[in-house]
Formats: sequence, structure tokens, C-alpha cells
Amino acid sequence: MSKVRVLVGTRKGAFVLSADGKRENWNVSGPHFGGWEMYHVKGSPADPDRLYASQSSGWFGQVIQRSKDGGVTWEPVGNKFAYAGVPGTHQWYDGTAHPWEFKRVWHLEPSLTDPDTVYAGVEDAAIFRTTDGGQNWEELPGLREHGSGPQWQPGAGGMCLHTIILDPSDPRRIYIAISAAGAFRSDDAGQTWRPINRGLYSKYIPVPTAEVGHCVHHMAMHADRPGVLFMQKHWDVMRSDDSGDSWRKISGNLPVDFGFVIDVHAHEPETIYVVPIKSDSEHYPPEGKLRVYRSRTGGDEWEPLTAGLPQSDCYVNVLRDAMAVDSLDHCGVYFGTSGGQVYASRDAGDHWAPIVRDLPAVLSVEVQTLP
Amino acid sequence: MIRVVLPAHLRHLAGATGEVQVEIAGEATQRAVLDAIETRYPMLRGTIRDQVTQQRRPFVRFFACEEDLSHEAPDALLPADVASGKEAFLIVGAIAGGNRTI
Repeated sequence: MSKVRVLVGTRKGAFVLSADGKRENWNVSGPHFGGWEMYHVKGSPADPDRLYASQSSGWFGQVIQRSKDGGVTWEPVGNKFAYAGVPGTHQWYDGTAHPWEFKRVWHLEPSLTDPDTVYAGVEDAAIFRTTDGGQNWEELPGLREHGSGPQWQPGAGGMCLHTIILDPSDPRRIYIAISAAGAFRSDDAGQTWRPINRGLYSKYIPVPTAEVGHCVHHMAMHADRPGVLFMQKHWDVMRSDDSGDSWRKISGNLPVDFGFVIDVHAHEPETIYVVPIKSDSEHYPPEGKLRVYRSRTGGDEWEPLTAGLPQSDCYVNVLRDAMAVDSLDHCGVYFGTSGGQVYASRDAGDHWAPIVRDLPAVLSVEVQTLP
Repeated sequence: MIRVVLPAHLRHLAGATGEVQVEIAGEATQRAVLDAIETRYPMLRGTIRDQVTQQRRPFVRFFACEEDLSHEAPDALLPADVASGKEAFLIVGAIAGGNRTI
């Protein structure tokens, strides 16, 4: 029987939640690295027992952990993230020039084919790559040096590169997103990049349709439709059908179009999920009701999914990397909250139940479907 | 022999228990002690001082002999009692906390 392993990063450690294919009884392992902020934990598609974890601390900086046995044991690997050359400046919150400074790794994206190759999205925004299992990390400077870097600025969470999507149909194509710069695409394995933000509209920048400056919160893609991208932006849910060359708004009947997560059903490329969040700055569900919204039409038409989720007095947030899906026949959907709950649905969102209720604030959720 | 007390999180990361002891070939300076620690425990590189600038991380403090040595020059001599091993060199996480998420 297949198994599921849910990798949870929290403000105070990492947790590994595992179950058989029924997804009824869960084993909770952790906290791993207790007391450290675990921004992201992700497994290699090429070797599911190879995991990588971003461990960071305001006191002690960045550590990268690697596991070769599915998270039972871990070893620290390389943690030197040095920008190539002189990194220059980006915009500070007030628009003044501010020097690039490495702060932490937000997202780790293992290669689809090689367990030793991993991409890292960092704050201040840049993309790094290791090809030796995390021992050494080198920046792909073409992104930061694209030319628009001096116009990038931090979102509320910092100037982070938080999304990395590898195109399974073209190993040279990589998508990334930065808050607040926007989405970028490379067609040459990360050497050169171009912004792909046409169609985005952001009223919090001087030119709302500018080429860069947009606060993209997250992007998602279905492996069978690598040219179709979905985006949750700082207001607006967007869709591109041409690999990011243009975007259109698909917020439709959502109660609010602000939020952080967005993901795609494992078997239905036109079924997508978001969790609307109230903003400015409240950052909790509208009306205190935690609702996942599902569109079975690739956007525009959305239905609330509430069964098993709190529908009163709920004021948690769901952060950008905190939703994932499994690939079992009945697609499982998972998300974690700032209140420490990790909810799971075994039926594509129709019904929900918490796997755990009282973890530290959840930063990220990833799921591995194992044989 | 220099005695070093690491903060709990770094002890765990290094797989060390209790005090750490390191040998230093030349004069006992902050830089020499940190070099020796990072040689013995490479997983601690970057956690006490920045790997590129070699600057002490902002929320890390150095104490010894009831003195705050955090702002001493890296190549200044450590107190004689630290150099002799009578007193430990303390690496401490600032009580102010590391960041907004505490």
C-alpha cells in the first residue's frame, strides 16, 4: 500500500507526519531541530528518502540539513551562501537604496532527476544551486543581475525568493517568484532570466503595470501542463496559459482575492485551491471562517470547502509554502496554519480533519507520496 | 587548552556535550578560538560569525571573566585566565532574542 509523508516546517522545528495510503492514522515525528525556524523541508523526486531542510535562527543564521533516510537521521551540510561578485543594492521599504544582505533560505527545490542537485531561494532575493548534495552552494547570478534588481523591494516578510518551479518537460526552464519583484523565467537552466509579469496590476507601486515590483505570494503548476501557471498575488489570483508571458485575473467569486497559498490537484490540472485571507495586515480568514476555495474550472468560479474546518472565531493565517497535495488516487490536500494546525483532506478538499492541532506556527508543508 | 561554552543550540548542532576544549597554536585571541572551533566543528561555520565578512553575528555575544568581550577586536588577546584554561570563553545568544518571531 502506498504511504504518505508530510514534511512540516514550523517556527520552532520540523515535523514529519506519516501515514499509510488510508491517511487515517498518523505518526508524528519531531520536533526536529527544536527552537530553530524551519522555513522549508522538501524531498527529492529522484530519491524520496533524500530530504533537505532549511534551518535558520535570528541568533545563529542559516544551516542546511540533509537526510538520506526519509527524515530519521539528519546531517548538517554546507551553509555558505555568498552572492557572486558585488551584490549592489535593492530598494528598501521606503524606496531608498539598500545593500543586498543574505538572511535565510526560504525554499529548497530538489532537482527532478538528481538527488544531489537542489535549488535554493533566499532572502535577500537570489537563487543558489548545489550539485553535490548541499555541501557547496553557488549563486546563479543572472537573476539578481538581470538589471531590475535595484527596483526590487521587500514585502512584509522580507525580500524573499520563495517559489521555484522546475519544468518537467524542459530541464532548461525554471520559474521563480520574488516578493516584491514578481515572477521570472529562465529558458537556459538559470543562466539568464526575464520578468514574466505582463497582466499583473499592483496598486501599491508607482506604475501598477510595471515590469517588476509586484508582490507575488506563490505560484503553482501541474506537471502535465507546464505552460499553465497559477499565481496568488498580494491581491488577485492570476493564471497564465503561455508560460508566464501573459496573465489574466481569475479571482472570480472569491470573497477576497488576497492570500498566500495556491496549489493544483494532483490529477486534475484545472482544479486549483486557495485560502482567502483578509488584508491589509489583518491576515486572517474573512469572518473568522477558515475556508479553502476550490475551482474546478481553472479559476473564475470558486466553491468554499468548509467541512471539518473551523467556521467561527478562527483567526489563523496560512503562509505561502504551507499547502501541498499528494498523488494518491483520491488526491489528498494538506495545509498548515499559523496556529499550528495541519489539516488534511483525503477527498480533494470535500472533507477536512486536523492531523495535528498544536504545533508551532507552520511555515511550510510538503507532501511525499511513497510506494 | 581553551575552554569554550557554546549555547545549547550550537552544542546540539555540533553534537557536543558540555564544554568544548580547543588547542591554539599561537596567541589566544578571539579569532584564534573561533578558527579552532570551526576547524573542529565545521557545521558551526557561519553560526557564530559570518562566513564571508567574519563579523560576529549581531545576536551573538562573547563573555569571559565577567567581562563582555563582544566588541573587542578579533585579534586582541583574550584574558590570561581564558588563555590558561582557568576560565571559559562563553559564546552566548543575546538575551534580547534573535528576531521578531520569538
